[in-house]
Amino acid sequence: MALLEVDSVSKRYSSETLALDTVTFSVQPGEFVAIIGPSGAGKSTLLRCINRLIDITSGDIRFDGISVPQLRGGALRRHRTQIGMIFQHYNLVNRLSVIENVLHGRLGYKNTLQGILGLYSDQEKRDAVHILETLGLSEQMYKRCDQLSGGQKQRVGIARALVQKPKMLLCDEPIASLDPSSAKVIMDTLREINRTMGITVLVNLHQVDVALHYAERIIGVNRGRIIYDGPSHALSNAQIYQIYGSEAGELILDLKERYAA
Amino acid sequence: MQPEVFFRRRRLQSLLFLFILGALTYGSILITQFDVTQGLMAIPRAFSWAIDNFIPDERAWTRLPRILEKLQETVLMAVASSTVASVFGLILALLGANTTRPHPWFSLPARAIASVFRNIDVSVWALILLFSFGQSGFTGFFALFFVTLGFITRVMIETIDEVSTESVEALRATGAGYTAIISQSVIPSCLPQLISWVLYMIETNIRSATLVGILTGTGIGFLFDLYFKSFSYGSASLVVLLTVVVVLFIEMVSNYVRRVIL
Repeated sequence: MALLEVDSVSKRYSSETLALDTVTFSVQPGEFVAIIGPSGAGKSTLLRCINRLIDITSGDIRFDGISVPQLRGGALRRHRTQIGMIFQHYNLVNRLSVIENVLHGRLGYKNTLQGILGLYSDQEKRDAVHILETLGLSEQMYKRCDQLSGGQKQRVGIARALVQKPKMLLCDEPIASLDPSSAKVIMDTLREINRTMGITVLVNLHQVDVALHYAERIIGVNRGRIIYDGPSHALSNAQIYQIYGSEAGELILDLKERYAA
Repeated sequence: MQPEVFFRRRRLQSLLFLFILGALTYGSILITQFDVTQGLMAIPRAFSWAIDNFIPDERAWTRLPRILEKLQETVLMAVASSTVASVFGLILALLGANTTRPHPWFSLPARAIASVFRNIDVSVWALILLFSFGQSGFTGFFALFFVTLGFITRVMIETIDEVSTESVEALRATGAGYTAIISQSVIPSCLPQLISWVLYMIETNIRSATLVGILTGTGIGFLFDLYFKSFSYGSASLVVLLTVVVVLFIEMVSNYVRRVIL
């Protein structure tokens, strides 16, 4: 059974603009899927519809057999705990320590009082420490997040998502603000998580070459519509050109050729 | 256009501006029949009169305990109204900020309340509240409370939207509830700015409390008014000097706290 089924989902922000236009696809457990497309194509909107940070206008999303658009209150919170999210700007509380930020991933499981006071069990703390060690952040554990480099902050973001024990990770441009070597570390980490922990990964990317290198499957989006959905090795230059429309120049095709060589 | 032409035009503009300014000044002097020379001549006399009268005399120093007691009362009042108003201001700001409002409908009323409270001056509040509470400490307390509430709400709405939008999104994505998001993300992110603004309001309110005291007949303002109107200029100036010392001291303390937390 598919882990995620997106069924003719549309999202309309105003009467003029259609951010998502009858988008349909499904994701099997354990897949590593990259969503590519030009800026403003609706990639971020699509991810945020899956964990309901944004409400859809029409269609249906089923995650693990549960229909997402109707979820309210506690049921919606339980749905969100199943999905970890990683952001372009890391979205950490910069004034708090690394470990506190990681434990924020457990807040979805807390009642009101535990949440307000930030009461975490010993087991949760041990899990957080273990995840930080795996990600190579044991030195930084008690540092404030504003003292970290971009790559380290993104690893804290990943740790916060993992401590949720999610079934799926949504990654919104996870390497768009990073230098090439940190970007590689992050993408390698995501692939490692996908392979060893079996967590499904859905990642928005700007860089076509990175998407082709890491993902087994590519979903190409342009102006809210899916242009391509299939294995990354079958994606042709002409199709990449189509995904990026008139914005595509020689550069993207060159990258593809360089990667293929 | 030649450079000479450009700079000649610039010079003409400057001269024209100076001419208009001079004409306005001269015109105002003519209309009000203000005697410039006499006005300037009066300055030294004014200074010597002030020095003769405003140096605290012996009688002023005997009143020191009374002055200090009223000063303490005024400072504590300013601190109390600032801190209590800040708590309510923070709650109002959480309702009004785009990032944390429970529903879009809350935003406009919260901002409107803040705007009304802030834009009515503290002296006007004091006079309005004088009718409700009469000549008591409550009048001053609430006058300072309302102005502080408006100000803190306004600045905290901006701070919340500026520093916590991204982390709030992340915590919503983990499934965290509203109160947990506020206490684990919004408050830690905004706390330094909040403390800094509260300290600023305490400084401002000590100054305002003096004025409010004059209007409502309480605290240090009342003493100043009393001494001034009974021609005890020496005592009145001692009140002013001590107030200045206290304000400077509070400013020093809050600057230190700001350096440490920001």
